[in-house]
Amino acid sequence: MSATYLPEGMPTPVPMNDGLDKPYWDGLKEGQLQVQRCGDCGTWQWGPEWICHECNSFNMEWTEIEGEGTIYSWERAWHPVHPALNGHGAYIVVLVELPHAGNVRMIGNLLGDPTQEVTIGTRVKAVFENHDGDQPYALVQWQIAD
Amino acid sequence: MSNRTLRGKTAVVGVGETTYYKHGQSPDPEFVLVLQAILKACEDAGISPKEIDGFASYSNDRNEPTRLAAALGCSELKFSNMNWGGGGGGVAAAVGNAAAAVAVGFADCVVAFRGLAQGQFQRFGKAPPVSAVSGDPAYMSPYGVMSPLQKYAMRAMRFMHENKVDHSVLRAISMASYNHAQNNPRAVMYGRPLSEEKYDDSRWIAEPCRLFDCCQENDGAAAVIIVSAEKAKDMKQKPAYILGAAQGSDYRCGAPVMNASNFPSSSFASLAPRLYEMAGVTPKDVDVVQSYENFTIGVMMAVVEHGFCEPEECNEFFQLENLTAPGGKMPLNTSGGNLAECYMHGLGLQIEAVRQIRGDSTNQVPGADVALNIAGPMVHHVSTAIMGSEATL
Repeated sequence: MSATYLPEGMPTPVPMNDGLDKPYWDGLKEGQLQVQRCGDCGTWQWGPEWICHECNSFNMEWTEIEGEGTIYSWERAWHPVHPALNGHGAYIVVLVELPHAGNVRMIGNLLGDPTQEVTIGTRVKAVFENHDGDQPYALVQWQIAD
Repeated sequence: MSNRTLRGKTAVVGVGETTYYKHGQSPDPEFVLVLQAILKACEDAGISPKEIDGFASYSNDRNEPTRLAAALGCSELKFSNMNWGGGGGGVAAAVGNAAAAVAVGFADCVVAFRGLAQGQFQRFGKAPPVSAVSGDPAYMSPYGVMSPLQKYAMRAMRFMHENKVDHSVLRAISMASYNHAQNNPRAVMYGRPLSEEKYDDSRWIAEPCRLFDCCQENDGAAAVIIVSAEKAKDMKQKPAYILGAAQGSDYRCGAPVMNASNFPSSSFASLAPRLYEMAGVTPKDVDVVQSYENFTIGVMMAVVEHGFCEPEECNEFFQLENLTAPGGKMPLNTSGGNLAECYMHGLGLQIEAVRQIRGDSTNQVPGADVALNIAGPMVHHVSTAIMGSEATL
């Protein structure tokens, strides 16, 4: 099994040029999963934004969370739409709901057999996937929890 | 409140389409296609192109009103409008914006148009040719979520899970379009019927969608001309009055990384009630539905959100005979739609609604007075409109 779920050559994530989500990407490289939480009203927020959607405070804080969730939805992609995926075959994308963080959702791949049956509601846990190279980065992936 | 409506104040009086080509097959540049469609719409309406004084489009159409107005020799340019939002979510909004401009007196003769030459420019169904991504794409592309279907499949997968929807629903929606296209010589899929077996044997693109759940990608252009109701009465064609239009989406639909509050949705939950209120009709009054098929999954959720059936009734409601003109309960995509006529980014479906009101569709619903046009389901800014005959005023 290769070190990464999808082949080399996929688009590389870089932080937004206004700095909004740099702490998230830096954290992943350190093995930390973080989302935003409002320092004033406590609302959890994902994806990242400068302002709290509940109370409109700019006091958003990066908060480390447990990498545990449940599969909220999923898809199995077959048709390659990027050159790096030519000849690769099917892969699974999951949308994971995080109960320890106000049920915000994260996107990732479901590790393991790409033809496996996927059931909404299944418990999954986070796995950090490191990508080396000139500009190293890490992704969070998901695997079925025991 | 009664003054704040579009109902019956404007009408579509001319429609124009180029020949529809497979993607990359247009012999003409995109700008020429747009000019051809506008000229055909003018001819259909019986007006000179010089009378056009406004332009409305969507999805960052590349053909700017200033260039069009100069090229066509329009006497004066009074209104230009680009509706924000990608995909086809802005089709009905462009028609609505054009109608609003005429209704309030910004302009007198506005064309809503769209042109696409994907051989000249980039294709929709391929990932953008970039090596680094930031913002929302950074949370999707590295995981292989890049094409429109890949971005929206999970909305439908959740909807189908919650409501125990069968794949037969998607097949019926696809076959309705293909069946209607067999009577429409303009359709790219004319002469290429779809059977249940052919659908079931087709390859997965991204589950829950097979090949025939996905729209075509095409080259072409289309245009509709909108004038005031008073002016429309004395013109060449039977007017298709705009009874209502709505655009937008519900609470935090565009929340990044797929965190919309109402996720298993086509984004129409809050629009449809606004639309029906303005148009003064209910789903029972609607004679024919054109619902933009980027993918059949979006049609399914959009039809539900427009009140034609409850979410848990999909399996019974979406039967091919219910969706087929002339006798179906809810004739759907009667030109063949984006799946089988042409992916003219949805503007072809607006034109088909006009044809139904005029009574000259190739799959005419007898006595169609009220036509619903749903645009761009599942994107984060969608639109919807209702057109009606004079009898509805």
